[in-house]
Amino acid sequence: MEATLSAMPSRRDYSLLGRDAKRAVETGLAAAEWYHTDVPRKQMKELMQRSDGPAIRDTIIWLSALVLSGAGGAWFWGTWWCVPFFFVYGVLYGSSTDSRWHECGHGTAFRTQWMNDAVYQIACFMIMRNPVTWRWSHTRHHTDTIIVGRDPEIAVMRPPDLLRVVLNFFGIVDAWHAMTDMVRNAAGNISPAEKTFIPEQEQPKAIRIARIWIAIYAATIALAIYSGSFLPLMLVGLPRLYGAWHHVMTGLLQHGGLAENVIDHRLNSRTVHMNPISRFIYWNMNYHVEHHMFPMVPYHALPRLHELIKHDLPAPTPSILAGYREMVPAFLRQLRNEDYFLKRELPPTAKPYREEFHNDNDAVAAAAE
Amino acid sequence: MSDWVEACGADDIDEEDVMRFDHDGRTFAIYRSPDDEYFATDGLCTHEKVHLADGLVMDDIIECPKHNGRFNYKTGAARGAPVCVNLRTYPVKLDAGKVLIQIG
Repeated sequence: MEATLSAMPSRRDYSLLGRDAKRAVETGLAAAEWYHTDVPRKQMKELMQRSDGPAIRDTIIWLSALVLSGAGGAWFWGTWWCVPFFFVYGVLYGSSTDSRWHECGHGTAFRTQWMNDAVYQIACFMIMRNPVTWRWSHTRHHTDTIIVGRDPEIAVMRPPDLLRVVLNFFGIVDAWHAMTDMVRNAAGNISPAEKTFIPEQEQPKAIRIARIWIAIYAATIALAIYSGSFLPLMLVGLPRLYGAWHHVMTGLLQHGGLAENVIDHRLNSRTVHMNPISRFIYWNMNYHVEHHMFPMVPYHALPRLHELIKHDLPAPTPSILAGYREMVPAFLRQLRNEDYFLKRELPPTAKPYREEFHNDNDAVAAAAE
Repeated sequence: MSDWVEACGADDIDEEDVMRFDHDGRTFAIYRSPDDEYFATDGLCTHEKVHLADGLVMDDIIECPKHNGRFNYKTGAARGAPVCVNLRTYPVKLDAGKVLIQIG
């Protein structure tokens, strides 16, 4: 097996049908066995236990705040007083839904499955992610996390397209792709890349949901034209743009600037301490190493999991700002040397990285250039 | 010809839990339901060959630890994405405090 961090002589091919996709399969990087910290079964069972209570509480708070802020924005529409209301509404619509989509897609937020499904559908619509396509792409993301050519959810590919990153703080590139994908799916077209991870029997569902969404957006646009006001679009659709900044801010930290083509989440994922408001919006996905290592653990149990296994993980990044202070320079350096990455240092209490898989001599040399 | 094979002691598995059992190069999952009944299935998820014994038992559902795919472990039926293919199940009986499964 040649699952290494080695500097590669040519540019990476992130296409799911390209050279690196084939190479990942040939070298055993695809669907590999990943490192897990040892946790006694009894404790893991306790951590995995499902409960409706925390997610019902958080969903009531989320939806209530969404309705109140949206109503406030509509009430004060046409005055500057609508700005703070839409600021809150936008984040709840265009950012909170990133984590709601994610957790409910895993089926871990609620114990009751229909509750997961209901919030999943609502959140997918708001974040503009086809619930069928993204369920399957995220499955692949967990199988082949940040494996070049295999993971369809690599947010920042090397060398980084920083203009795209900045534009996405306002949802511009992502929303454009989401809309064009929606129209394409609604026309009955599933792309070759999508076919690599969506089973054939699921593809008609992706087409059906795209058609329903187009109908909703068409009705919203018609209402805006009929009423001669942007207000309907400020409530449906546009919040995906003006409220995206928070989920992009937190989402980039998940894997940004870290290793590719490794099979140890301690090397390619980042845990970040965050303020309580961001953690509510983000539903504790700041514990990202823990989430990837044990995706069965619900969001509300991740802080306990973190305490249990932190001896085996790199030290968490102390804040969002600290995360950006290490990640942005790494992105800038990758513009000159795309093999550069941030290597997470393990504490003395941790089991070492498996050097036979993660021999990074070449990459360290590249990093030192 | 089918053989009954001793998998484990009845008390080796907690209620509403699962245990791995390897035999003759194959791997199985043995379940104890909340009603104190025992069941057995193939040990690997039909989606990506992950050991189900590391997963979570909830009522009559086993959830895969890797992608949260769900099966009814009593029938083997796939019950939630990303699993699409049913699990194979095996007859189970208790004998003198031991769990035996019939491996075809």
